[in-house]
Formats: sequence, C-alpha cells, structure tokens
Amino acid sequence: MTTEAATASSHDDHEIAHVMPLPVLFGVFATLMVLTFLTVAATWVNLGWFNLPIAMAIATVKATLVALYFMHLRYDAPFNGLAFLTALVFVALFILVTLLDTIAYKPSVDAYRDANSVSAPQ
Amino acid sequence: MSAAPDHDENHPHDLAHHFDTHRQQFDAGKLGMWIFLVTEILLFSGLFCAYVIYRANHPEIFIYAHQFLDKNLGALNTAVLIFSSLTMAWAVRAAQLEQKRALVRLLSITLACGFVFLGVKAVEYHHKWHDGLLWASQYNPKHHDSAEHNEAGHGAESDGEGLHGEEPKNVGLFFSIYFMMTGLHAVHVIAGMGAIAWVLNRARKGHFNRRYFGPVDFVGLYWHLVDLIWIYLFPLLYLIH
Repeated sequence: MTTEAATASSHDDHEIAHVMPLPVLFGVFATLMVLTFLTVAATWVNLGWFNLPIAMAIATVKATLVALYFMHLRYDAPFNGLAFLTALVFVALFILVTLLDTIAYKPSVDAYRDANSVSAPQ
Repeated sequence: MSAAPDHDENHPHDLAHHFDTHRQQFDAGKLGMWIFLVTEILLFSGLFCAYVIYRANHPEIFIYAHQFLDKNLGALNTAVLIFSSLTMAWAVRAAQLEQKRALVRLLSITLACGFVFLGVKAVEYHHKWHDGLLWASQYNPKHHDSAEHNEAGHGAESDGEGLHGEEPKNVGLFFSIYFMMTGLHAVHVIAGMGAIAWVLNRARKGHFNRRYFGPVDFVGLYWHLVDLIWIYLFPLLYLIH
C-alpha cells in the first residue's frame, strides 16, 4: 500500500502545491513598493484624522497581497485562510472590546484626575 | 519532518513513515504552520491592543513622540523586508522546481536582508539610547540639536508643531510601546534568520526536491508573517500624523 501511494505521489508531482509564476511575484513586489511609497507620501498631506484610516487601508492592501501571493493563500486549501481570518476576527474583537472598556471609563478617570490634579499613570 | 526510519525500503526517505504521500505530508505541515502563525498573530495582538488603547487616550503623546523616529530608516527597512519576502517566495518556487543553485542563492539573499534589517534597527536603537529616548521609567531626553535632527528627519517633520512644540506629559509611554513592538518584532526576525540558515544548510546538502520542499515553504510562511507585521508597525509608529 505504501509503495502504491509513493508511486502515485510521484505521478502527481505538480499537484503538491501551486508553483508561483515569476511575473506574479515581481508584480506583487512592485505593487508593494509603490504602496510603501504612497503611504509615506500620504503623510506629506495633512488630512487631519483621515490620515490614519488611509495609512491603515494601504497597510491592509499590502498585507492582503503578501497573504494571497507570497503566502500562497489564494492557491491553498481554504482551511488555512480560514484559520488566518479567524485569528484576525479575534484580534478585532480583543481590541474593540478593550477600547469600548477604556472609553466607558474615561469620564470617571478624567474627573478623578481633575479633582486630584494627577497626570496619567506611567 | 527530518529523516524517516529506513526500515521500509520502498518508503521514500523524505516521507515520514506516518504519511502515505508527499502531498499529505506537505498539507499537514502547512496546516500546522498556519496554526502556529495564528498564535503568533494573537501574541502580537496584545501589543497592538496596548497601542490602540494608549493612542486613543493620549493621542498628543504619539503625535509628539513619533517625530523622534526617522521615517527614512523606517521606510528603508520596510523596503528591505518586502524585498526579502520576494526572494523568499522566489526561493520556494526554486525549491519546487529543483533549481538548487537558485534556491541556495535566494535563501542567502533573504538571510542577508535580515542582517541589513537588524543593522538599520541597531542604528535606530543606538540613536535613541544616546538621546535618552527610552521606555517610560528611563525616558530622559537630552536637549536636542535641531540641526542634527533636520538632517536625519528631512523637511517633512520640521513643519507643523515640530520638535519645538510643547512636550506633553508621559512621552515615555510611546517609547515603551515602541521598544516592545519593534523589539518583539526584531526577536522574530532573528528567529526567522535562524530558520532560514537551517533551511539554507539543508538546501546546500540537496535535501529538497519537487516532492519534498515543505521546510522551505513553512519557513517562508513565517518570514512573510514577520514582514506582514512590520507592514503595520511602520505606519503606526513612524508615520503618525
């Protein structure tokens, strides 16, 4: 049985994993470099609070390109991508709930600080 | 994942005895690597969470303190890491196609990029150490020579509030977060370089072929994750507006 399986595996050589074509690799690299330049260039323009969402949007496009092509997720078993996305969902949950908590307590912290004239804790 | 028992002569030496096919072996290893990467993401998420909370509560600290970071060096390191990701992805391709010489060369370039990244990081850390720009309890900035800083930071930073703006309280908070995030990232770069060196050594010995290249692929995944985290660290720490 093992022999059969081993023989079979030598027949499906090219199916072990997708081989990334070089033009795709170079194209992704060039796009990542352009986006890096864009994210630096975006700081030369003052857009107020909007600078942060722009920087994060560009970073997310870059991260998506790295994950889909350099990390092969586009050609992979979907389960790997699912594991990755699940992690991101939990990261978002973690940060958002903690943020909600600190926002909820902010008024009482500020009131305490004003009353006792203490600075923010180190 | 290393040498399988040789008691079955018909079983390929690079196929562990508990797998039927190379494909099964590869897929299992890859899933394992992804699960590990998930734990890495969650590890870093603690620091990202700290960043978000402190930035939300004390935006003035971040706006003031980021001026001490050198955008050009940050951008340079971003480019170095992205380039190393390209050579790593290319190395995986070379391993799959049994291009041994290209594989060794590409892994060497990737490893060299790791050294360049750490070198630039060392220059940045040294500069901060020298200027007393350290974590909360050790934050004790020396008086700034503005000419020196303009040279390092380029024009974009000298407009607006600039370094001469009023210093908010507890600026050391920013450097606590900066050193923890970039420090943990640097530890990962060093670990990644160790892994690349291991795979490079095996590549030189000719361990990889079109059916067995898992280690190159999995080390590559780890290296890309390190790149991916830096893609977020760079704008969050260096490009605050």
